[in-house]
Amino acid sequence: MDRRQSLKTIAVGALATGVLLESCKDAGDKQAGVQSKDDKGKITIDRHPDEVARYNKLIAETFFTPDEMALITILGDIIIPRDEVSGSASDAGVPDFIEFIVKDKPELQVPMRGGLRWLEVTTLKQKGKSFKDCTETERLEIIDQIAYPEKAKPEMAQGVAFFNLMRNLTASGFYTSPIGVADIGYQGNKPNKWNGVPDDVLQQYGLAYTERELKECVTYT
Amino acid sequence: MGSLQVKKNAKQYDAVIVGSGAGGGMAAYVLANAGLSVCIIEAGPTYDPRTNVTQFKNPWESPRRGASTKFRPFGDFDACYCGWDIDGEPYTHISGTKWDWFRARMLGGRTNHWGRISLRFGPKDFKRRSIDGLGDDWPIGYEDIKPYYDKLDRLVGVFGSNEGLENDPDGIFLPPPRPRLHELFIKKGAQKVGVPVIPSRLSILTKPINEERGECIYCGQCNRACSVAYADFSSSSVLIRPAANTKNLDVIVNAMAREVLTNNEGLATGVSYVNKEDLQEYQVMGRVVILAASACESARILLNSKSARYPNGLANGSGVVGKYLHDSTGADMGGILPQLFGRKRYNEDGVGGAHIYSPWWAADKKLDFPRGYHIEYWGGMGMPSYGFGGGIESLNGRFPVNGVKKEAGGYGKSLKEDYRYFYGAGVGMAGRGEMIAVETNYCEIDPNAVDKYGIPVLRFHVKHSDYEIKQAKHMKETFKEILTAMGAIITYGDKDGPHNNWGLAAPGRIIHEAGTVRMGNDPRRSALNKWCQSHECKNLFCVDGGPFVSQADKNITWTILALSMRTSEYIVDEMKKRNL
Repeated sequence: MDRRQSLKTIAVGALATGVLLESCKDAGDKQAGVQSKDDKGKITIDRHPDEVARYNKLIAETFFTPDEMALITILGDIIIPRDEVSGSASDAGVPDFIEFIVKDKPELQVPMRGGLRWLEVTTLKQKGKSFKDCTETERLEIIDQIAYPEKAKPEMAQGVAFFNLMRNLTASGFYTSPIGVADIGYQGNKPNKWNGVPDDVLQQYGLAYTERELKECVTYT
Repeated sequence: MGSLQVKKNAKQYDAVIVGSGAGGGMAAYVLANAGLSVCIIEAGPTYDPRTNVTQFKNPWESPRRGASTKFRPFGDFDACYCGWDIDGEPYTHISGTKWDWFRARMLGGRTNHWGRISLRFGPKDFKRRSIDGLGDDWPIGYEDIKPYYDKLDRLVGVFGSNEGLENDPDGIFLPPPRPRLHELFIKKGAQKVGVPVIPSRLSILTKPINEERGECIYCGQCNRACSVAYADFSSSSVLIRPAANTKNLDVIVNAMAREVLTNNEGLATGVSYVNKEDLQEYQVMGRVVILAASACESARILLNSKSARYPNGLANGSGVVGKYLHDSTGADMGGILPQLFGRKRYNEDGVGGAHIYSPWWAADKKLDFPRGYHIEYWGGMGMPSYGFGGGIESLNGRFPVNGVKKEAGGYGKSLKEDYRYFYGAGVGMAGRGEMIAVETNYCEIDPNAVDKYGIPVLRFHVKHSDYEIKQAKHMKETFKEILTAMGAIITYGDKDGPHNNWGLAAPGRIIHEAGTVRMGNDPRRSALNKWCQSHECKNLFCVDGGPFVSQADKNITWTILALSMRTSEYIVDEMKKRNL
C-alpha cells in the first residue's frame, strides 16, 4: 500500500487506527497473489522444487485484462467496502489474489471471465454504458438485481451465480489478509497454553466443566 | 539415456528398510538403538519441521491463501508432500471399481501431517472371525501386543483418559486438554442421544516426556508438523532423528524401491532402487529386508520381486499379496450452532485435533451391519484460509444477524457484519469405521503399465459391500440425532441416501490402507507369520499396514507402531540367536 492510500485509510478508520496502521504495514510487506519472501528473498514457507516451479510458471502468466482487473476491483470494494472496523477488499489486495487464484484453479477462469462479460453486457443493455462509467447509484441498481439469490429474477440467474462466486472469492482474499484476519478477530496462530474455555464464556452459556474434567485435564500456570 | 549400470552400495547393512513412515521409522529406531547397522531408503526428500517450516505462518504467506494443490491436497501449509496424483507415478483400476491412493513422498511419510489419533485396538479387534464369522482372526491377541502399546505410550507420548472400556483399552496417558466450547455442546448433545463422549487420545505432548521434545504450544497445527517443540508424533522427528543420532542409521532419500533382491537359497539380500536425482540404478544389501513402504506400495514391491524361485512375486506362494485390501469407512455431516453466533473471541486453537471423541458404543445392540465406528469432531474459531465465508448467501438470510432479518446474499458493510456474526459457529463430525477385509478387494500388478522409472504399477479392484453402506447409513442417522440434540442447524451431509451409498467415502479416501501382506498362522492363506515375517523368506519382514488382518474401528497408526516395535525386537533377538 502506498503512503497516500495509508493516509486515506487512517482518515477513514479513526476508530481502529491502531489496527489499520499495523495492517497496512503488513499488507505492504506481503503483496497479495505473490509468494511472500523474507529480506533475503527466501520464500517464507516450506516449498519443494515442484511447487516453486509451478509458482514461477503461474506468476509469469497474466490472465485478466486491465479492464477486467478494474472491474474486479470495483466489484470487490462493493462487496467489502471500508467501514468503521477495517479497510476494503482492494486495501487488502483482493484483486491480485483473484488474479492468482484463477491461474492456480483454472476451473474458475471461465466462470469469472464469462461472469464479468455477462455483467458488462447486462449493464450496457440497461444503462447504455460500461459498468465502470456508471455512477455509484447506477452500479448498485445493477448489483441489486444479482446480489440477492432468493429474490433475483430468473433471467438474472447467471448473474447471481457469478456474484456468489465473486462474493466468495472476495471473502477468501479479504479474510486471509492481515486486514481481514484482524477484522474477524482470530486470536490464535501463536504459542499458547490452553486451560479451557474462559470462565466468563462458560457462564454466558451456562456451562461448566465436570469435576472429573477439572481434576484430570491438564492445567497450566 | 546412456548405458544403464547398476551401482552397488559397498556397505553391507544388518537391515535395509524401505520407507520411513510410522512402521519404517519405528524399525529404524529399535534396530539402530540395538546397535545394528541400518539403512532406510525413502522415495521422497529429507524433511525436518525445523527447517521445512509451515507452522505459525499466516494465511497471506501462501499466494493461494492455504488452498490445496495436487502437491498438498490438505492445503498449502500442510506438511505432507504429494498425495492422490503424482506426476509420472500412475495407478489404474479395474473398470467399475474405485480406490483412491494417497502417497506421501518424504522422510517420515504421512506421519508428518496425520491426525495423531492414537487408538489401541481392543481384545475383540484381533478375534473378529470368532465373534461374527467374517474375515479372519489375527494370529496374535491383545495380550501379545499390549506390552508394546505400553512401551509406545511411554516412548512417544499420548494423552487420553482411562475409561475401563472393554474394547478401547486404557493406556499410559498424559492428561488430556479440556474441551473447547463447541465440544462442550457436542458432548451435551451426544450424551442426550446415548452416544458417549470421552477425551481424545492423541500423540501430542501435553506434558514433556524427555529432554529432546517439548510441551504442546496449542497452535492447533499438528498437520503442519511441530517445528517449535517436536511435541507431536512424526516418524521423522520422534524416531528417525534419534535413530540417526546413534550413528547406526543411514538414510538414502529420493530412492524409489524397484524390487527385493534374493539369492539362490531364496533369501532376501537387499533392495534395488532408482535414484530419482541421477536416475541411476542402485542396490543396497542387508541381512534382513524390512518393507514399510505403505500397505499397497509394499505389496507392489513384493509382486514386482519375481524370480525363477518366486514366480508370483516374493512372499506370495499363497497368492494373498495384494488381496484383502481395506480402508476405514468414512462419512460426515456438519452444521452451525446458533448459540455461538456473535461469540466472544479468544484463542481456542488447542491441540491439532478435537479434544473429544466418541468410541464405538453400540457393540451390544442389534444392528444390520457388522463391526462399528468411532466419531471425530471439529468446529470453532479456526484460522481463516481459502474458502473462508464461502456460501454466506445460504446463511445470512436464514438467521437474523444481531437481531435484524436480512435478505440472503448481499454486499457491503452489512455483509461484513454477517461474516463477523457467523464466524466460529460451525461444527462437524465424521465417522471412521471398520470395513470388512475380503479377498475380492485387491491390488495387483497392471500388466500394461509402468511408471516413469519403468516400475510396473498397481491396478486396483475394490468395492464396498452392503456392510459398509449400512454402516454409513447408521453414521448419518446418528450424526443427525447428535446435531439436532445439540441445537445445531445441519448445513451439509444430510442429503445422502441409497443413491450415493449414504455419503460413504470412496475406498482409499480415509487413507488407512491395510491388509495387503497379511499375517496368519496358515502359510497357504497368509504372507507373514505372527512376527510379520515372511513364511517363505525368513529374512523378509513387513511392518506397515500390510500385515493387518482386519482394520478395527480405530485409526491404524498406533497399531502399526506397536507391531513394528514388536517385530523389530524379534529381529534383534533372532539375530542374537543367529537365526537371521
